[in-house]
Amino acid sequence: MIPTMPIFLLGFSLSEVLPTSIQLSYLVATSLFFFGLKQLGSPATARNGNILASIGMFLAVAATLVDRGVLNYPMIFLGIIIGSVIGAVTAQKVAMTAMPQMVGLFNGLGGAASALVAVAEFYRLVQNNLDITVGASITTVLGTLIGGVTFTGSMVAFAKLQELMTGKPIVFPAQQPFNAFLLGAFLFGSVFLIIDPNNTLVFLGLAVISLVLGVLFVIPIGGGDMPVVISLLNSLSGIAASAAGFVVMNNILIIAGALVGASGLILTVIMCKAMNRSLANVLFSAFGGDGVAGSGGAGGAIETRTVRTVDPEEGGMMLGYARSVVIVPGYGMAVAQAQHSVRELADQLERLGVDVRYAIHPVAGRMPGHMNVLLAEANVPYSQLYDMEDINPEFERADVALVIGANDVVNPAARSDRNSPLYGMPILDVDRAKNTIVIKRGMNPGYAGVENELFFKPGTMMLFGGAKDAVAKLVSAVKQL
Amino acid sequence: MTDTLIMALFVFVLASFAGFEVINKVPPTLHTPLMSGANAISGISVIGAIVIAGPQNWSLSVILGLVAIVLATINVVGGFLVTDRMLQMFKKKEVKA
Repeated sequence: MIPTMPIFLLGFSLSEVLPTSIQLSYLVATSLFFFGLKQLGSPATARNGNILASIGMFLAVAATLVDRGVLNYPMIFLGIIIGSVIGAVTAQKVAMTAMPQMVGLFNGLGGAASALVAVAEFYRLVQNNLDITVGASITTVLGTLIGGVTFTGSMVAFAKLQELMTGKPIVFPAQQPFNAFLLGAFLFGSVFLIIDPNNTLVFLGLAVISLVLGVLFVIPIGGGDMPVVISLLNSLSGIAASAAGFVVMNNILIIAGALVGASGLILTVIMCKAMNRSLANVLFSAFGGDGVAGSGGAGGAIETRTVRTVDPEEGGMMLGYARSVVIVPGYGMAVAQAQHSVRELADQLERLGVDVRYAIHPVAGRMPGHMNVLLAEANVPYSQLYDMEDINPEFERADVALVIGANDVVNPAARSDRNSPLYGMPILDVDRAKNTIVIKRGMNPGYAGVENELFFKPGTMMLFGGAKDAVAKLVSAVKQL
Repeated sequence: MTDTLIMALFVFVLASFAGFEVINKVPPTLHTPLMSGANAISGISVIGAIVIAGPQNWSLSVILGLVAIVLATINVVGGFLVTDRMLQMFKKKEVKA
């Protein structure tokens, strides 16, 4: 028996299957999800939107618990309590700098839950000797595939972001043919299962292939492309929930999942545009891998060119006597957890009457909006953060552009060098400021593996050191002015 | 293919279009909160998990359903709380500005 039916098929004739009140609660909950996500799109209402969505979720869960088929209360409540405690503790403890891997991990858990729903439904049908229709076979297989890929893909993304494994692309010979082979095997197995729907072994094989595909999908993608991957996995976690909705035929899962799928896809497209690359290019080109290998040869050339360095005292003086300073944060700031020091530096500069602004590149960091979250944590006023389009014309009038742990997003080769892998990516025009100070640990190329022309420009000065340490030294230098 | 499945597909496609319309044009500041808030909503599969784990007698599918409940609840509770934590920071700052 199908647990629930789509609302508008339900009418009143099927109301003995599920009380209408449960379905109406789902309808209210779905509306709350829509309102909530809508309000999450505007700074003034965002917090309210999140609360609305969580009320919707609470309502949906409460309604489901009164379902006549739900009897196993002690165990279900135990599960909910365990999950809530783990979720609440993690949410409170996680550092803002660890937010990308946190979102990655949660995406994975959601995907795993959706996959388990599909697998459990398959076993329920088999164990109870229920008739497995073609439709049921297709939906359980799809649910397992999407959920499984979301789960292991997110776990690999998590491991990369948490630096449990290398952030570099992992490639092996014949990777694409192998993926295609697995996909082919999956399709073949699915057809087999439709013909012989009670074949547990084939189903298990399909589940394993799904998990392997998730791993293979994310390992060739490098750390700097994580904003795209995280948004895409976010989208997939929604679609996985939708697929689980098809499995148990429940509208609220289908609709809420589709909403999340849409929101994740919107972010994915924004991130791809910010790098001027197609989604296919991000997923399949193992970007950053070849470049790193290639730069070994170019390494000699780097040595012979001179860069100007600056010590913190001199840098502090330049900043302190400037009229206008634009700070460009990047992943290096996040890694060093330097956002509070940066804020302190800005405070000291403002005390001296310097106009301080922040330039945020859409793909700076490891997830969409990464820099905004970190600077918000450090209490940087919202009004000082500028998007790329708004700040780029302003660089010409800025006395100093201070680049903190950003590299590829400020590489002028993206504008001028047709042979650069970065060519065509919109960048922050820091080289147009009168002076540019770059805080960096060394001369290593950025994620793209491309040497940065910016460092060799006459107006550029390098301040070598870890972001937190270097900024702290700048703060004490500025304090003495 | 059953009518139910086709009807569910209609719901899915229409909900996706509605989602695109409702969510487009989000300022970059809210990209992370939007993502983690949406992520919490994707934990809606907890509903499916509760239905699966519903029967009183033990079976493999009930056990899998219970595991799914734990995982999805972590996603839901953690997702909403961490989003709220982030948005609280944004709020604090706006008042000051």
